Amino acid sequence: MPVTVSHYMAVSALLFAIGVAGVLLRRNILVVLMSIELMLNAANLAFVTFARMLGGVEGQVIVLFVMAVAAAEVAVGLAIVLIVFRTRETTNVDEMNLMKW
Amino acid sequence: MLDYVWLVPAFPLAGVLTNVFLGGRLGKKFVSVVSCSSVALAFVMSVAVFIELLSLEPGLRHFERHVFTWFLSGNLRVDATLLVDPLSVLMMLVVSGVAFLIHVYSTGYMAEDPGYRRYFIYLNLFTFSMLTLVSGANFLLLYIGWEAVGLCSYLLIGFWYEKKSAANAGRKAFIVNRIGDFGFALGILLIFKTFGTLDFGAVFSQAGQLFPVGSGVITGITLLLFMGATGKSAQIPLYTWLPDAMEGPTPVSALIHAATMVTAGVYMVARCSALFVLAPVSMGVVAAVGLATAVYAASIGLVQNDLKRVLAYSTISQLGYMFLACGVGAFAAGVFHLMTHAFFKALLFLIAGAVIHALSGEQDVRNMGGLRKELPVSFWSFVVASLAIAGIFPFSGFFSKDEILWDTLQAGGPLLWAVGAVGVLLTSFYMFRLLFLVFYGRPRHGRQVHKSPLSIDIPLASLAVLSTIGGLVGAPMLFGRHFFKEFLGPVFAGGGAHATGASPSVAGHAAAVGVSHAVAGHAPAGLGTTSSVPDLAGRASHAAHIPVSELGMALVSVSIAVVGIALAHRFYVTSPDLPQRLKEKFKRAYSVVFNKYYVDEAYNAIFVRPTVALAAGLWRYLDALVIDGAVNGSASAVEMGSRALRRLQSGHLQNYALSVALGAVAVLLFWLTR
Repeated sequence: MPVTVSHYMAVSALLFAIGVAGVLLRRNILVVLMSIELMLNAANLAFVTFARMLGGVEGQVIVLFVMAVAAAEVAVGLAIVLIVFRTRETTNVDEMNLMKW
Repeated sequence: MLDYVWLVPAFPLAGVLTNVFLGGRLGKKFVSVVSCSSVALAFVMSVAVFIELLSLEPGLRHFERHVFTWFLSGNLRVDATLLVDPLSVLMMLVVSGVAFLIHVYSTGYMAEDPGYRRYFIYLNLFTFSMLTLVSGANFLLLYIGWEAVGLCSYLLIGFWYEKKSAANAGRKAFIVNRIGDFGFALGILLIFKTFGTLDFGAVFSQAGQLFPVGSGVITGITLLLFMGATGKSAQIPLYTWLPDAMEGPTPVSALIHAATMVTAGVYMVARCSALFVLAPVSMGVVAAVGLATAVYAASIGLVQNDLKRVLAYSTISQLGYMFLACGVGAFAAGVFHLMTHAFFKALLFLIAGAVIHALSGEQDVRNMGGLRKELPVSFWSFVVASLAIAGIFPFSGFFSKDEILWDTLQAGGPLLWAVGAVGVLLTSFYMFRLLFLVFYGRPRHGRQVHKSPLSIDIPLASLAVLSTIGGLVGAPMLFGRHFFKEFLGPVFAGGGAHATGASPSVAGHAAAVGVSHAVAGHAPAGLGTTSSVPDLAGRASHAAHIPVSELGMALVSVSIAVVGIALAHRFYVTSPDLPQRLKEKFKRAYSVVFNKYYVDEAYNAIFVRPTVALAAGLWRYLDALVIDGAVNGSASAVEMGSRALRRLQSGHLQNYALSVALGAVAVLLFWLTR
């Protein structure tokens, strides 16, 4: 059966769901960050699919923006993780609860 | 010159401000000069205004100086307007003149007091307030001055505030005054509701035209106004603060509680004569209260041993006579007695101060004696003042008191006159009792007598002169004319004289002037009403006209006073053991009178203690439990809520992410199923 838009959407949704699961369930902060990246890439896939489907190039442009933002976000996120690691000596996200009341 | 009348209250106010801001740095001399000269300037200005007023025609002596518009609110327009008419100018002269002498006296009396500057600031503030009170052209300015003098009285009575009794006395004065002021304020509100304005001229001219004699509204208004007067002028039932007020420095007692503040009530009743003559019931109340107070207070003063306290009760008693005069329609006579009383009562208090000062603080007359030679100015001034207050010819008190008694006889009949005459007997007795106990006999004080400085002697001498000749402005028997009554007549409804009194020509003249001016179409607002003037003249001619000669009655009252003097002489000079024997014989009666008929104790039990108990109860239950409970309770409710909600803040990043995810799912579901 030919590969249609729906297949791409399904993949994108699946990737997104895996990303959400990773953010909510994994204990290593770096894995959480990677899951966030996964979610972003899922969105990127969806955008590119629509661009191809509608023939225009806007979708691709948005993807470029998203990638740039993702890169910046990763930079900042990793910087924060580094500092927290230096003080706390742990990558376990359950132990980073200084903001508890 | 009349345009500058606003300077009269402004000078003392400037004195206050100067001393407040600069006095601290520039020393005692500066403070005394500033305060004394500000009052002196006020007096000079009053004299200038008086002279210019005299140059006007008697019927036209009415001038209003608009200083600024205070507020305009709906129907109510209140201007700071000063009124220049015979009554206000007379009061200005008396207030500023006596206040000046007392300021000078105080520079000597209070010289060693650490609160010197504060004293003069308060004294000047008082002078400003009293001058505002007497010169205002509407009820609101009157009320402001009224309240302000009450405040200054509180500040000055409690001047030595570290002394518990002084602080209590100040508080008592203010609270009792306030009770009267409550009635006064209600009266003013009722006036506004009835007339739509608070301006004297508008209210008084409308009153006669809108209401018949005996109208309920006017009776209500005047009774409420009189309630204020009983508080301020220490009449029954609100007099209890005045004897306690003797805790203050003696010059304060002289100025405030003899010459000026306590006379504010009399001034107010006289000013509102147009309203009072429309309410015979109120006039009756005023006269009855005045007469009762006159005799009642005199009886208490008879047996007190504190020099100042006797004078305090004497003041209450003399104020009663002034109200008696107003109550029988003789407003001019009441104001006449106000003026003469200011002279001799202030003099008496200042002498008391000199004596107390000379004996380093002794105030009990049983511990004085024999001061005749060492304090000559005080002695002779006391003699003059006593003769004046007893009403002996030709001293000032004779003319004023006699006129009141005569008018009471004409308007109220022989019974009222007799009660008044009893008061005369008591007055002369207690005054000369003081004279003999303080200045005669062997010295019982055992102290070194400090001579009085000039700053004390000169004001004493000045007031003594005034007490001697001050009555001559109202001596028709000597001069054929009653200058005082002619001057003040046009201000009061009915000419201020009881029409069948000594000067029917004057009353008739005033009435004629009033009527002719009304006819000519420009009746001055201060003239009272056009309809009431002929009414009162008509009423007066219906009143009992007792066919005795005024001269005869004068002789009777002078003889009664002389009897009082002779009795006092017998009791305290010739047979000094007589008082003690009488005290033994009438032990219970003496004890009742000595304890002021236990009125203070009665008020304490009936009003003070229940009120304090109510306040304590309210504090303990309503305030602590209910109000604090509500405030604290809402705080703890918030705290408990936050303790529950706090658990959301787990600090775990993934919990927060879960919340976001769940929220997103919820929104999505909502959107999809809409």
